[in-house]
Amino acid sequence: MKLSKKISLLITLLICFESQSQNINDYDFENFSNTPKFLSEYGFFKDLKNQIPADDVYPYSLKSALFSDETDKLRFVFVPKGKKVGYVKNKVFVFPIGSVLIKTFAYLNNNGPLEAELLETRLLINTNNGWKAISYVWSEDQTDAKRAIAGATIPTKFVNSSGEIINIRYRAPNQNQCKECHQLKKVMTPIGPKARNMDKLVQYKTGEMNQLVYWAALGWINENLGSSSISNYADLNAVLEDRARAYLDINCGHCHIPGGSADTTGLYLNYTEQGKERIGIYKKPVAAGRASGNLKYSIVPGHPNDSILLYRMKSLDPGIMMPESGRALSDEIGIKLISDWIDKL
Amino acid sequence: MNLKNLSKNLVKFLKLSNQFLIVASLFLSVSIFPAVQVIKPSENSYQDIQEALILAEPGDIIRLSAGVFSLEDSLSLDVAGVQIEGEGMSQTILDFSNQLSGAQGLSVTSNNVTLQDFAIQNAKGDAIKVKGVTNIKFLRVKTEWTNGPSSDNGAYGLYPVESKNVLIDGCVAIGASDAGIYVGQSQNIIVRNSRAEFNVAGIEIENSYFADVYNNVATNNTGGILVFDLPGLPQQGGHHVRVFNNRSVGNNTDNFAPEGNIVGEVPRGTGIIIQANSDVEIFDNEIGDNDTVNIAVVTYGNDTDDQAYYPHPKSVQIHGNKFGPTGYNPDTSKGELAQILFDLSGGNMPDIFWDGLLPFSQLVFGQPENEKMIITNNGDATMLAIKPFGYMLPFLEPAILDITKFDGEITPLEKVEFDETF
Repeated sequence: MKLSKKISLLITLLICFESQSQNINDYDFENFSNTPKFLSEYGFFKDLKNQIPADDVYPYSLKSALFSDETDKLRFVFVPKGKKVGYVKNKVFVFPIGSVLIKTFAYLNNNGPLEAELLETRLLINTNNGWKAISYVWSEDQTDAKRAIAGATIPTKFVNSSGEIINIRYRAPNQNQCKECHQLKKVMTPIGPKARNMDKLVQYKTGEMNQLVYWAALGWINENLGSSSISNYADLNAVLEDRARAYLDINCGHCHIPGGSADTTGLYLNYTEQGKERIGIYKKPVAAGRASGNLKYSIVPGHPNDSILLYRMKSLDPGIMMPESGRALSDEIGIKLISDWIDKL
Repeated sequence: MNLKNLSKNLVKFLKLSNQFLIVASLFLSVSIFPAVQVIKPSENSYQDIQEALILAEPGDIIRLSAGVFSLEDSLSLDVAGVQIEGEGMSQTILDFSNQLSGAQGLSVTSNNVTLQDFAIQNAKGDAIKVKGVTNIKFLRVKTEWTNGPSSDNGAYGLYPVESKNVLIDGCVAIGASDAGIYVGQSQNIIVRNSRAEFNVAGIEIENSYFADVYNNVATNNTGGILVFDLPGLPQQGGHHVRVFNNRSVGNNTDNFAPEGNIVGEVPRGTGIIIQANSDVEIFDNEIGDNDTVNIAVVTYGNDTDDQAYYPHPKSVQIHGNKFGPTGYNPDTSKGELAQILFDLSGGNMPDIFWDGLLPFSQLVFGQPENEKMIITNNGDATMLAIKPFGYMLPFLEPAILDITKFDGEITPLEKVEFDETF
C-alpha cells in the first residue's frame, strides 16, 4: 500500500473513532461548520429512539407553546459546562455561545391504538456566527433522523386528544422557513425560552422540580430573576385576557412584532404590545388580499366572526391561513379561546 | 481490527474522497466564474429548486429550464447575490395551481438578488414577495392568475416591501386581487417598461420614498396607477414619486378585491389615484378611456389612532398629460367620493378630481404656498375640486371647476437613480 493511501486510511479511521465517541462536550458548536448528516452524530441522546438525553442535556418545557398540528414536543437544552445564561426581562434567555436547543416533534399517540412516531428534530445551535437552525427528519424505521435541507413532507396519521385518528400532510420546514419565525431584526433568535413562559414544574432524572429553580441550581441563572409569569393558555382557571394574550404571543408574536417578519402589516401581537389598533382592534388589513375574508377589521370587539384574525386562524387555505407555515390543521382550542376573548372585548 | 470494520472504513474513505472531489470542483468553478446550476422540471421540482436555493453561494446562478414546474410548497431564497433565471416569461413557468403550503409562490429575503425571465402562475397568496432587501431586480418576470379577475386570486403579483433599490423592468402582472405590481414601505424604486393588466390596482407605490414609474402600460385594471400612503405602518409619509410617460387607459374592470382591503374602495374606471402622499409629479402620461375619472387626488378617509400619520396629499404637480375621454360610465358603488363627484358635476365627470380636504386651519387660512397642487399644460383637461365649506354650507359654491385656478410654475422632482449593476 502506498504511503499516501495509508495516511488517508489512518485519517479516515481517526474520523470514524472520533464520530463514534459521540461525546457532546467534544463537539465544537462554537465554530460549527460541517453540519452532520444524521442526528445520532451529535450524541445528544443516550437513547436516541426513546429520546433519553445525554448527561449534560436537560429537558425543558414551556407554559404556553406554539400549536404545531397537535404534535408532542420534546425539548432539550445543552449549555457548555461552566457557562452562564443571561436574563433580560421579557426577552428570551441569552444562551452562551456553544449552547444548543433541541426540539423533537412527535405523535406519541399516548391515548390511542397507533404507535408513537418521531417526525423531526430541529436544532438551534448558538455558533460564533449566531444561531443556526438545522432540521432532521426521522426515518420510517425510527432509528435515526437525517438532515432535511429543503424540509420534508410526511404523510401520516395520529390520534388526537378525543381519540380520533386524523390523517395529516405534516410539513417539516426548510431552513429558510425556520428563519421566517426565528428572525428578529434580521438576527436569528430562539423564541420559546423566556423566563415568563418557563415558571413551571419539569420532570428531571432526579425528580420533579421547577425548571427556573433547577437552572439556578445548575448555576445557569440567578435564583430570583424577578420575572413576571404568563398564563398557560390552556388553563381554564386563568384570566381570559391573560390566556388570550399568552396564546397570541407564542403563536403569532414572533412574526407580528416590530422587527419581525410580519411587521410590514403594522399588526403586533407580542405580549407587551399595548396599542389597541396595533393589536388589531378596528385595524384595517394592509396586504391581506383575499385573506381578509371580506371582513373589514382584524378584530371587531364583541364580534369574533367579523374578525379577520379569527378567520385566518380557522382557515386551512395556504393563501389565507395564519400562521403562514407550521400547521396543516386548525387549532380548535386556540380558536375557542380567541373567539371567547374577542366576544368579551 | 476485523475485516468487516475495515471494509466499512474503506467505503467511508471512498465516499469521503468522492466528496472531496465534488467540493474541489465546486471551489474551482466558483473561483473562475459563477456556478450555474441548471434545474429541469421533474416530479421533485420543489425539492430540487428549494435545495439549490438554500445551498447556493453568493454569485451563483440558478437556471430554470423551459417548461412547467408544478410546485406544492412555496419557494424561498435567503442567500445574497444569487440570480434566479428562466428561459423566458412564456417558457419557464412556476405553476402553483396545486399549492398546499406557504403563503407565497416565491419569497426573497436576501440582498443583491436578480430574478429574471420566468413566470409565476396561480400562487395561493402573493406571487413574489421580497422583504427587507437591499438591491433587488425583477427583469422580464411575469406573475399571473390564469383564470382572469377573481377575488380568489392572490393579493400581489410583484411585491417588494421594506426594501431599498428596487428595479422592476419589462415585467408583466395579471390578475392580482389587490395590486399587480406593488412596492410598499421601500425607497429608491424604479418601475419601468412593464405591463399591468386585469388587476384591481395595476401599479401601486405605497408608503414609499423616491420612486420613478415610467414607460409602463396599465390597462383593464380597476385602477391603473396608485400612489398611496397608509397609517399604522413601520414606514409612512410616502413622498417623492414621479409617474411619467405611462399609458393608463381603459381601466374598467369591476373591482374584484375582497372587502376590507383598501383597494376595495377604488371605483372601476380610475386612471391614477394619489392618496395622502407628498411631492408627487404626474406628467407626460396618456390617461383615458377610464369609466369614472382619469386622475383622483384624495385624503385617506378612514379612522385611525395613529397620531403621526398625515392623511392629506400635498405638493402634487400634474402637467403635460394627454387625457382621453373619461367618466362616461362612472362606478358610484365604491367609496363615497365617486357619488359625490357625480352629483357635483351633474354627471359630467372631470378628468381630474380633488376632494379638497385639508387640515382645518388650512381650510380657514389657506395652504402653504409650496404645498398647493399645481395643474398645468394638460391640454383641454377638465377639473373638479370640492370646497369643503361650500359643500357643507348653503349658498356657497360647493366646488371649483376652473382648472386655471391651479396654474403655476412646475418644480421638477429629481430623477430617482441608484446603481443598477449589482
